[in-house]
Amino acid sequence: MQLFLLTAHEIHELLIKKEISAEELNKAIYARIEAVDDRIQAYITRTAGKALDQARAVDKQISNGEKVTPLAGIPIAIKDNICTDGIKTTAGSKILSNYTPPYSATVVKKLEAAGATIAGKVNLDEFAMGSSNENSAFFATRNPWDTSRVPGGSSGGSAAAVAAGAAVCSLGSDTGGSIRQPASFCGVVGMKPTYGAVSRYGLIAYASSLDQIGPFARDVTDCALMLNAICGHDPLDSTSAKQRAMDYTSFLKDDVRGLKLGVPEEYMVEGIDPDVRDLVIKAMEKLESLGAVVEYTTLPHTDYALPTYYLIAQAEASSNLARYDGVRYGVRTEGTGDVMDMFMKTRSEGFGAEVKRRILLGTYALAAANYDHYYLKALKVRTLIKEDFVQAFKRYDLLLSPVSPTTAFPIGEKMDDPLQMYLSDICTISVNLAGMPGLSIPCGFVGGLPVGLQLIGRPFDEGTLLRTAYTFEQNTDYHKQYPDL
Amino acid sequence: MITKKDLEHVALLSRLELTGSEKAMFARQLNDILNYFQSLDCLDTENVQPTTHVLPLQNVFREDWVGQHTSRQDALANCPDRQGDYFRVPKIV
Repeated sequence: MQLFLLTAHEIHELLIKKEISAEELNKAIYARIEAVDDRIQAYITRTAGKALDQARAVDKQISNGEKVTPLAGIPIAIKDNICTDGIKTTAGSKILSNYTPPYSATVVKKLEAAGATIAGKVNLDEFAMGSSNENSAFFATRNPWDTSRVPGGSSGGSAAAVAAGAAVCSLGSDTGGSIRQPASFCGVVGMKPTYGAVSRYGLIAYASSLDQIGPFARDVTDCALMLNAICGHDPLDSTSAKQRAMDYTSFLKDDVRGLKLGVPEEYMVEGIDPDVRDLVIKAMEKLESLGAVVEYTTLPHTDYALPTYYLIAQAEASSNLARYDGVRYGVRTEGTGDVMDMFMKTRSEGFGAEVKRRILLGTYALAAANYDHYYLKALKVRTLIKEDFVQAFKRYDLLLSPVSPTTAFPIGEKMDDPLQMYLSDICTISVNLAGMPGLSIPCGFVGGLPVGLQLIGRPFDEGTLLRTAYTFEQNTDYHKQYPDL
Repeated sequence: MITKKDLEHVALLSRLELTGSEKAMFARQLNDILNYFQSLDCLDTENVQPTTHVLPLQNVFREDWVGQHTSRQDALANCPDRQGDYFRVPKIV
């Protein structure tokens, strides 16, 4: 039995039957990391020692006959823009390459409280800005299905680690598709919860009105278990929503009869690889055969989503990243003159090209002379895009679409053309603008590379997403296929 | 159209020092991106309210009490230069 291929709920059964120990499990995952991570390069920081201490504590609880949670002892990888007390947290940037947070993000505290072990910190595009992991200041993570290709981004390390068996589950963050697109490229389940469902306290901010933390897992059941652990109101994040606690596993029913699913036709036309589109159509037919009603629908402002997203995200980013000034934390580059000289040199040395590009774009859009024409305009179009979803959800319980127009692309292919890179997020960004929950689930392969199906739900209706994804998964076997590493 | 002069101004506001080749690259790329963004101009948004945030939140208040917060030593632990309990920076004026 290869422990590193099991899901958290399968492992939990073995742990409570005492067929394996949490220590053995964590050692097995570490052996796997040692065996594959020189090829995948998912991890920036490994935390084997701490994880083993946490695992032994879980073993003690089990041997004492105490009840443990379904995530107890489970090794989880954390995207390196989520703060971990005493563990280096770099955001994939040179400017934070020496930063050790004095506190943990709320999601990390919640996972630790559930008994999960932290396997380490995983790679991302610098400050979560990118769709391929190539913008990391340290190295480019590779796709476990084909190591000449990107794992997607920005949570590429989180997706690749789970796909490669180098973690059982992981956390990522999604501002415009940064969980769903890498989940699609790496053939795992990835979910962006509703904006406000999960605390962002301790997440290094990129675009605060769009950012959301969410899980990666090998199946939908594990995804629900992760949501159980991380969702909920947090007084430390004033934008976290007050919701009643729920057990997300209660939605795991193999039944979509009577559900009305809409497929926005704008997501199925030009620019979508025909093979990817065919798999999405097959998935629609599968859900139809299982009793759902599937129809084409429309989100008329889809063409405007990309400019709207990039104007809003970059405006927010330019403001959020003003804090990196070489004074309170991070790497400082001394100038020869006054404090202004130090700010300029610190930021110019510390940020990579994509981050600079986005800060410049955001600053330009917010400048007094451009504010109305760019930023305010984008905020108004955001209202129209959100309204499209409100209208669609009057008629449908859920929307279906591709996650990304293509499968994982070769490393280097889009690095010289930022606009082409931005277009790989075309199917996911509207969901962030509207604040809806979105989920990527494997729906087949093109040329040996995984393809994800996107499910989009009403705000705080993660339940219907999980139910539909679970039904699809129970009637397909894409989630049982693993890359040959 | 972003000119070289516009870019230099934006770079200064952003506290970024750009090399000659960076200026040429960013000016070209930002113009490409903004050209693509012109598509927004054809939408009539005269009577549309802006959305800054998707949740129906107004001000979020809490009781004013002293909680457990990051200690001074922890807050200073990551700073590149300090003097006693202060962050130290180069000359300001």
